[in-house]
Amino acid sequence: MNITNLRITQSLKPVARPRLYWTIADALVLAKRHLIQIPRIPDELIFATIQPIMFVLLFRYVFGGAIPIKGTSYANFLMPGIFTQTVIFGATTTGIGLATDLQRGLVDRFRSLPMAKSAVLTGRTLSDLVRNTFVVIVMWTVGLLVGFRPEGPVISWFAAAAILLLTSFAFSWISATIGLLVHSVEAAQSAGFIWLFPLTFASSAFVPPESMPNWLRVFVEHQPVTLIVNAVRGLLLNQPDAATIWQALAWCVGILVVFVPLAVWAYGRRTAR
Amino acid sequence: MSNRPAILAEGLQKYYGKTRALAGLDLVAEEGTVLGLLGPNGAGKTTAVRILTTLLKPDAGRAEVAGLDVVKHADAIRARIGLAGQYAAVDENLTGYENLVMFGQLYHLSGKVARQRANDLLERFDLVDAARRTVKTYSGGMRRRLDLAASLILTPPVLFLDEPTTGLDIRGRLAMWEVISALVADGTTVLLTTQYLEEADQLANQIAVVDLGRVIARGTSDELKAQVGGERLEFTVAYEGNLDAAEQAMRPYSVGEIQVIADDRHLIVPVSNGAQLLASVVRDLDAAQIPVEDLALRRPTLDDVFLALTGRTTTTGDLSKDTPAPQPLARSTR
Repeated sequence: MNITNLRITQSLKPVARPRLYWTIADALVLAKRHLIQIPRIPDELIFATIQPIMFVLLFRYVFGGAIPIKGTSYANFLMPGIFTQTVIFGATTTGIGLATDLQRGLVDRFRSLPMAKSAVLTGRTLSDLVRNTFVVIVMWTVGLLVGFRPEGPVISWFAAAAILLLTSFAFSWISATIGLLVHSVEAAQSAGFIWLFPLTFASSAFVPPESMPNWLRVFVEHQPVTLIVNAVRGLLLNQPDAATIWQALAWCVGILVVFVPLAVWAYGRRTAR
Repeated sequence: MSNRPAILAEGLQKYYGKTRALAGLDLVAEEGTVLGLLGPNGAGKTTAVRILTTLLKPDAGRAEVAGLDVVKHADAIRARIGLAGQYAAVDENLTGYENLVMFGQLYHLSGKVARQRANDLLERFDLVDAARRTVKTYSGGMRRRLDLAASLILTPPVLFLDEPTTGLDIRGRLAMWEVISALVADGTTVLLTTQYLEEADQLANQIAVVDLGRVIARGTSDELKAQVGGERLEFTVAYEGNLDAAEQAMRPYSVGEIQVIADDRHLIVPVSNGAQLLASVVRDLDAAQIPVEDLALRRPTLDDVFLALTGRTTTTGDLSKDTPAPQPLARSTR
């Protein structure tokens, strides 16, 4: 091993640039870190895709026949719900990834570097956004195969996609906060998921809320997942409703306003154990 | 920062809830020296490192690294330190090369310089062959070397090594010691935490023994051993009649008082550099025709240090891998 003269090799001057430049550049370095790993751990992505496919098949063919939908096919009703559920479930990878980095001591190393503090979080949420985009594209294809036929102008489909990605990004920050607050990867996994089941199933994603008891409908009709599903569904089935879309966007922005600072705070106080 | 010590801690305190991790820790390391923090698990070594590397804020007390206050100038310190930890904090799904380039970019080197530096470090740490493999496939020693390489990207003047050899086999440990010695020879100031007295002995100019969040003894390795009792040669002669002759023969080797336990035909000889003396001791005993039943070189372990300083052993009983301590170790009984 030739380990002498480690100090006097070359001029290793950090590049001087404004803070905002590094806030973005550092986040992109870390986002790249996560993205090049995806093909190396293919099982993670495969299972992240198989799960929503199973939901599609279950609901489309097992339950779907028993769920009457006014005005459109069940496949058309179901797929916007599946897209929303997919991005929300997919966002849990953010927290699991952060908890893993914490446990491995990587967060300690990042925090000891002269890099932008926010980059560990924004890098993670950005790469999960890219990943989720990919999964949504797969689900779109699966949807077409089981009879999903989107209606209306293509521009509204892109608007629907934009709402889905914003949802993915917003829920990633909730997930990040959870991942940084719990004390193990396993806890991040269960704590990240458990509350999403009632939130996505007690919504308009799979079943019209009209079939639910009144006390439940009050919750279902006002909770964010329902509003997001309805906004996306309206845009994909050519019945866009401006009020619903604004409410969905407001929820996403509201989540970001609360959870971005919360995650940053949690990141600042955590070290590995 | 001419006369400022490279590392300075005064009265550091840190609480985790009601648990007191640091209870007024004081440390000093002069530029270009190695300070060893020696102590069992949970003594507060890692907490001290985390405060000095700006990861944690102290609840009381103050600390300076490279002449800068760790709380007020945290950002400036981060560009002047390297941290390598017991977790070997590298990304195991990236290759060695990708890891180093990533960390180089996060140190805000340009992409080109970061790539050059990565190749340079891989070569210096004997990782060229493994550079394009994911870290998952690395051995423990290779991971530690990569981890250390990552902490040296900016050639920091102050380096923190948190238990750099815990979990490594003997070969890996020796290789790591060689690297650390070379860095120190280059002028880097190193703070090293360890559970191994031998490691502190090998590497550190000054040793601070840490227990329950404070320093309970400090000094050079020799000073510490004087307190604890250093290496000793212990042997049993076959015949009681040989005891006097044996004591006579051992006098040139002894660095202190030779203990003779007549009933057991046992001699305890304090020595230094015992491993090098061993062959010649055996020859001398043989020449004097003194048959020996049992001969062993005993080195003090962390447990001996603790026993001498605190009157109790550590709970890290599995560390006495060299030779058993004279007293049976107090292991937990279940």
